[in-house]
Amino acid sequence: MDLLTVRGLSVRFGGLLAIESLSLEVREGEVLSLIGPNGAGKTTAFNAISGYLRPSGGEVLFKDSNIVGRSTNDIAALGLVRTFQKTSVFPSRSALENILIGLHLRSKQSALAILLGLPSVARDERMLLAEAERILSFINLQNKKDELAGALPYGEQRLLEVAIALAAKPKLLLLDEPVSGMNPSETASFMAKLAEIRALGITILLVEHDMKMVMGVSDRVVCLSQGRIIASGTPADIQRNPDVIRAYLGERHKRAEGARPRA
Amino acid sequence: MKSLVTVLGVAALASVPLWADAYLLHVLVVTGIFMVAAISLNLLLGYAGQLSLGHVAFFGIGAYASALVSLGFDISFFTLKPKPVWMAMLAGIAAAGLCGWFIGRLSFKVRGAYFVIVSISFAEVVRLVAVNWVELTQGPMALNNIPPLTLGSLTLWKKPENYWLVLAVAVVSFILVKRLVGSKAGRAMIALRENEPLAASVGVDVTRTLVLATIVSAAMAGAAGALYAHYVRIVDPDVFLFIYTVTMVIMVVTGGKGTLAGPVVGGLIFGLLPEGLRALAIKPETQWIVYGVLMVLVVYFLPAGIVPALKRRVRWIS
Amino acid sequence: MDQLLQHFLNALMLGGTYALLGIGLTLIFGIMRVVNFTHGELYAFGAYMMYALVMLSGANFFVALALAVVLGALLGAALEFVLLRRLRGADIDTTMLVMIGAWIALQNAEQLAWTGVAKSIDNPFPAAPLVIGAVSVGWNRLFVFAVALVLIGMTYLVIQKTKLGKAMRATFQDRDTAALMGIQIGHIHTVTFALGSALAAAAGALLGPVFVAYPSMGDLAAAKAFAIVILGGLGSIPGATIGGFILALAEELGAGYVSSGYRDAMGFLLIIAILVFKPTGLFAQKERIG
Repeated sequence: MDLLTVRGLSVRFGGLLAIESLSLEVREGEVLSLIGPNGAGKTTAFNAISGYLRPSGGEVLFKDSNIVGRSTNDIAALGLVRTFQKTSVFPSRSALENILIGLHLRSKQSALAILLGLPSVARDERMLLAEAERILSFINLQNKKDELAGALPYGEQRLLEVAIALAAKPKLLLLDEPVSGMNPSETASFMAKLAEIRALGITILLVEHDMKMVMGVSDRVVCLSQGRIIASGTPADIQRNPDVIRAYLGERHKRAEGARPRA
Repeated sequence: MKSLVTVLGVAALASVPLWADAYLLHVLVVTGIFMVAAISLNLLLGYAGQLSLGHVAFFGIGAYASALVSLGFDISFFTLKPKPVWMAMLAGIAAAGLCGWFIGRLSFKVRGAYFVIVSISFAEVVRLVAVNWVELTQGPMALNNIPPLTLGSLTLWKKPENYWLVLAVAVVSFILVKRLVGSKAGRAMIALRENEPLAASVGVDVTRTLVLATIVSAAMAGAAGALYAHYVRIVDPDVFLFIYTVTMVIMVVTGGKGTLAGPVVGGLIFGLLPEGLRALAIKPETQWIVYGVLMVLVVYFLPAGIVPALKRRVRWIS
Repeated sequence: MDQLLQHFLNALMLGGTYALLGIGLTLIFGIMRVVNFTHGELYAFGAYMMYALVMLSGANFFVALALAVVLGALLGAALEFVLLRRLRGADIDTTMLVMIGAWIALQNAEQLAWTGVAKSIDNPFPAAPLVIGAVSVGWNRLFVFAVALVLIGMTYLVIQKTKLGKAMRATFQDRDTAALMGIQIGHIHTVTFALGSALAAAAGALLGPVFVAYPSMGDLAAAKAFAIVILGGLGSIPGATIGGFILALAEELGAGYVSSGYRDAMGFLLIIAILVFKPTGLFAQKERIG
């Protein structure tokens, strides 16, 4: 079934049409990648889908209800969580606290219960703490749990970002260039982690430039250029697609050809 | 270990009236009241990161509301008979909390530097209302003969009893903030301060969080105001002067904003410092110049405040 | 009707000086993103300088006026250099706190220097007002209005027509790009703060002789300046100018028809109302100054 359906999405900035009548579906359980040259509108599409931008037209149906115009925190509560292109953590808090914040929606503490110091609050906190440590172990950062997030090395910060998003228990995870700036070994281990996340039943919509990663993890790929979809299909199809190659002006096509597509 | 130290500390503080003279007690009571206000401001300014410079409005509204309810008032369309002081104090807290709700909702629409200005403006408007609505507030002629708190058969006329009351309220305020900060709600406030888009992306409701922070903070400041009204027993519009907000801000910032101990340390320093300076026969203007310079120096050299700097020292040693 | 006209006339004079205050602050607030709590103190400084120069040193009124403005600029430049240089790039809370500290220190220094007693300053204009039909206008007030207009015009010309003004506008729009283009941000900041402070001092120097000088006069002035900045939209000189006149008119009408006690509340009420309903201000020319 389609977890996310985007129909006729358009985004206008003043006189500029950044995205023109975009339509796509994300099926439950799949990994869909959004590619395209710089300026194609990938992050704009992300922002419009996840509620950070108000689209000028079109609908975004998540679990069959239209989420256009809803606040980002409501969208997160429905199960759609995104990460950000620029490293986004809570810098002055420890890695563990970062995850605890990500667990915000899982906690049912009321303000009154908190102020009265009811035992249910303490129980809830213990549950959250255990859950946070579990998530930290999942991304192999458990030995960094008390380190300040802002002090972590770049690659680990990006991992922490994903972990924070995971803490919010998404059904659909939007990852905005998660491996940008990572070296090849970090990218490879992230790809393995992505497979594990997928195995948890989480559907993934990915924006990426790294073709090796895209071809290695995706079930389907959609290519954007100048605000419109120019191709969509399996990684193998996309690699061979002349429009895609043309959009990337040749250089990337060599790299794409070199990667092995997912069968 | 930590809790033992805390209990001993509180016990030590509770023993003060047994050996201190009346003047020192008075200073400590006023310091304690300001400390409660500083603790409340720290929640809003330090943890939630809201540049609220109208905090004295909540303090003053708590003071006036409590005083008016305990004295009773008679304005053209409404008369209120005097009520028991404990009820009046609750009214003061509620009134301040209500204003907190209003400001909280406003702070969502108006951010950053603009919010600073709005919060100052709000406090000024409230002050001018207190000055001009003479029918209700007696204007500059002040509300006096405010009754002290009566608990059962005990009436708090004397300083030691007031000291213990303020100490109790200060301890309760500290605990409330501690509970809040260590919970989902407090983490949401901190998340807003650190990285708002990220916080929203994991489900933090910005408006709700801001409103909660402001209501609790305002109600607590209102409690401090109510304590003030029934201790000093006279309240005039000067209670809304911006300089008192500044005092609270200095306490929070110097002590360490966003830390639990910060406003306590800051409150103690800036509550007791004027007395120390007065003993040195320094003019009040000079005292304020010292405060101003101190603020600037703290921001330059100890931007996180005294408590974090001390913590680093201690960690370094141990 | 005549009452109304009189109110209008009073508002004109007041509005001119309010506009000066507002323009000064909108430049500082806009270009430097600093919540300048010392703005009111520069206003008081201007008034006190007039007192010192005219009453204590016997200087010529007009010479003293010019001097007061220049001294205001120098004080502003000094404040920026000593206090704000080191804080370049710091967040708004930090600079705000430093400005609060400076404000307290300055105001109390002024109190120490001049004591709390209000000082009046003589002016060389005839005491009898100019009477036109049913309304009257004091000569000194007319002078204030004229000078204010001249200063507003000069500031506008500097911002719009000079190289310096262009650099200031560029810094307002996008500081990083401006720096990349070779604009010395440090210099621009010092000049901006000096200019803004000079305008505040001018307002004080002009109004001081009309009313009196007293140590906390800066507080209300600062608050009104903030109101005007918000009314007019950040960074807009025409906005601040019109805002200044609107505030003066609101005050005059409020004092005349509602209650004089609430005169000063007008500014604050306007701020709150505008920010609740139209947060960008009445004339927000959002990303420009000038």
